[in-house]
Amino acid sequence: MREEIIVSGRNNPLIDPQLHVWHWEIPTYLFLGGLAAGVMFFAALYYLRGRENDYRTAVKLAPMIAPIALALGLIALFLDLHHKLYFWRLYTTIRLESPMSWGAWTLMIVTPVSIIWSALHIKELFPNWDWKFDFAKELIGFFEKNKKVLAWIMLISSAILGIYTGILFSAFNARPLWNTSIMGPLFLASGLSAGSAVVIWMSKNHAERKRFAQLDLMIIGIELFLIIHMFMGFLASTQVQIDAVNLFLGGPYTASFWGFVVILGMIVPAILEGLELKGYKIPVAIPVVLVLFGSVMLRFIISNAGQASRWLY
Amino acid sequence: MAIDTKKCVGCSDCVVACQTENDVPIGHCRDWVVEVMDGTYPQLEIELRSERCNHCKNSPCVRCCPTGASHYSDGGIVLVTKNECIGCSACITSCPYDARYVHPDGYVDKCTFCLHRVKKGMQPACVAVCPTKCMYFGDLDDPGSEVSEVLKKRKYKTLIPEAGTKPQLYFLI
Ligand code: SF4
Ligand code: SF4
Repeated sequence: MREEIIVSGRNNPLIDPQLHVWHWEIPTYLFLGGLAAGVMFFAALYYLRGRENDYRTAVKLAPMIAPIALALGLIALFLDLHHKLYFWRLYTTIRLESPMSWGAWTLMIVTPVSIIWSALHIKELFPNWDWKFDFAKELIGFFEKNKKVLAWIMLISSAILGIYTGILFSAFNARPLWNTSIMGPLFLASGLSAGSAVVIWMSKNHAERKRFAQLDLMIIGIELFLIIHMFMGFLASTQVQIDAVNLFLGGPYTASFWGFVVILGMIVPAILEGLELKGYKIPVAIPVVLVLFGSVMLRFIISNAGQASRWLY
Repeated sequence: MAIDTKKCVGCSDCVVACQTENDVPIGHCRDWVVEVMDGTYPQLEIELRSERCNHCKNSPCVRCCPTGASHYSDGGIVLVTKNECIGCSACITSCPYDARYVHPDGYVDKCTFCLHRVKKGMQPACVAVCPTKCMYFGDLDDPGSEVSEVLKKRKYKTLIPEAGTKPQLYFLI
């Protein structure tokens, strides 16, 4: 038997798995970032494919929640910082090796793009909107002319943002549960799923809802595939990673992960969306809320469980 | 730094010395003592280790710091510049040894090997105070230094070398 105790007393927050350094702020920020990435990605994609009139909600309306989500996410991130007065330091350095630095700079691009895209379509929401000042009109005109370029920037930067929400975790080798490159694609998929759910919710157009329900079904399939691969990878790996994944296979996070994330957040909405596609009448809010819930829970559970997983020595 | 697990008696003087020397806020510490018990009664074996930041050569904390506050200083000592740290805690999550903590003032703090003392030619506080003289501090690149000498003579291990951080604390076994 092996027993390890700290005899001198230590109150570093990580020594107790219950005490985490990252609380609700980081998973919230990652969820909102992923959601924003999802809606922006589809908006850019369908604009570039020339479907803006078929999929009006996706291209013109849904992206308007992106700046709001990003602003709230940034507030959450800011609340997480303990040395808030030095926030600006993030923007005096570019550190390619640091995922936090990547995130800060990606947001620096994504946020203005999301604001400009929303401004370009504000008339869809408020038909009588008037850009009172001439320079504002000129600016809008300029972006209107270069909308294709803007859409490309949005497509790429939102994909980076979506992947980044997972990379922030996977870059930490000290927390074995996070240390898998599947996190990037998994979180991107989760963000896209949340984004398409929002489009389904907002859209009044049957064809558009159908399209996004199909898309969401496909994405959920990909997520399940990635999760299975994550487990296979972990179980075939070293003892620390086997221990880490056991948090979900009998450990304290088993019920919440399988129940909330996989069953309620993926399988149930997938079944409901499938039934709806088959013609059954299902209140659209149910699968949408479940998908969003699953996406939030995924981030919270991975964040908390990851901080409970550690190297043994 | 090399630490003799055979000489250490687990008195925690190093912990107290560090807290005093570096004004470590109450409830936190930059170094701590671990007692590992192996075996079944009556065949028991105890290992005592005074642990702290390993001043890793390939440190994830420096790598993941978005502002460059965590950096390598002279002689490979890993330091945090207070006024550059935004307190994002990325480095805390990245350290496999849990060597860092958030100081109540907001920045992240950890062992500095008492660089301020070393610059004056003194030993780090923990090394100076140890009643069993179980710690050896010096330049690992200098083959004539006390640490290098003791590492030549004795068997040693580092903690979780498989984490890939190239830790620079050597535990004599
Ligand atoms: S022990 Fe932790 S804090 Fe110290 S250098 Fe290594 S990774 Fe960084
Ligand atoms: S908490 Fe400070 S030292 Fe640590 S990664 Fe963030 S900015 Fe760098």
